[in-house]
Amino acid sequence: MSQHVLLASPAAQITRELAFWILAIISVAAGLGMVLARKAVHCALMLAVVMLSIAVFYAMLGAPFLAFVQVIVYTGAVLMLFLFVLMIVGISAADSIIETIRGQRLWAALAGIGLLVLLSLVVGHAVIGPATPNTRAFGAGNVNSLAHLIFTRYVFAFEVTSALLITAALGAMVLAHRERLTAKPTQRAMARDRIASGRPTPLPGPGTYAQHNAVDMPALLPDGTPAEISVSPVISGVLQPPEQPAPGGDTASELPALEAADTEPEEARW
Amino acid sequence: MVTPAHFIALAVILFVIGAVGVLVRRNAIVVFMCVELMLNAANLAFVTFARMHGNLDGQIIAFFVMVVAAAEVVVGLAILTSIFRARRSASVDDANLMKY
Repeated sequence: MSQHVLLASPAAQITRELAFWILAIISVAAGLGMVLARKAVHCALMLAVVMLSIAVFYAMLGAPFLAFVQVIVYTGAVLMLFLFVLMIVGISAADSIIETIRGQRLWAALAGIGLLVLLSLVVGHAVIGPATPNTRAFGAGNVNSLAHLIFTRYVFAFEVTSALLITAALGAMVLAHRERLTAKPTQRAMARDRIASGRPTPLPGPGTYAQHNAVDMPALLPDGTPAEISVSPVISGVLQPPEQPAPGGDTASELPALEAADTEPEEARW
Repeated sequence: MVTPAHFIALAVILFVIGAVGVLVRRNAIVVFMCVELMLNAANLAFVTFARMHGNLDGQIIAFFVMVVAAAEVVVGLAILTSIFRARRSASVDDANLMKY
């Protein structure tokens, strides 16, 4: 019971209160930032902040096991999955600010305020008692007590959970699998295309001069004209606005598009 | 003195923020993130109730919610990638083929 005495000391009380208010403000601000941020990556990082502060709240509420599960499963696994999918889908996929449904933001805000009022009334009417005295189940014996409950009273739900996880893994594999519509290009076919493209050699490297030694400087051809293809289209696209955006998103399909005009027709990748 | 009522109030606020996000945002991935925020707020309420009543059932429920949320995210993001592959868009407004 020394832990109980520790928690009841005034200094620990003040620390607890301070931690709660600081983290409450941070988590609400990060939640608002998540809703308001335009870029999806910013939203994911804001969500990470919220989840980490919720993990600290779990620790304060006597759930050390759930606090660690929150950090490992949510911040570690789920958010990384979100970030991976963001990288696949495209990092520049910012939300458009044009409303497709008229007055959607206004009605959403009104609905949010209504929900807040409703839930506040419900919580205000409910009798929320004080926390019970600290027992071993909320401290050092948390994991043991949880394991005891999971494998006795909740054992059936636990078994069903395994079925759910297997189904989810299988579903994700089936959904993410893509059938190859065309035959895989062989080395022979790739070599033939390379010769037929008119440029069998690799692309020239960028220029290296006495005054300019950078990847954005085009190399000079023997007759003194700059070779535009020696600069990566990614870099020239950053430095100057691209004239015509390539239909494909990846640089591998943009490279032949920026070459000479007599290149082979760009294959449709999707 | 921080009482369970404080945590419940915080959970309510986070839940409402998540709900507004689901209504407002149109990038499907961000909508998913807002759903996760709502699940987390509900979990916080569960853990607070467990602390209030002095038994661990609320924590068990929160644990199961986490498992279901993880499974939901996996399947949902797989659906999103396959939609993006077919339509080159992650906006919820563009997936409207089944509209009457």
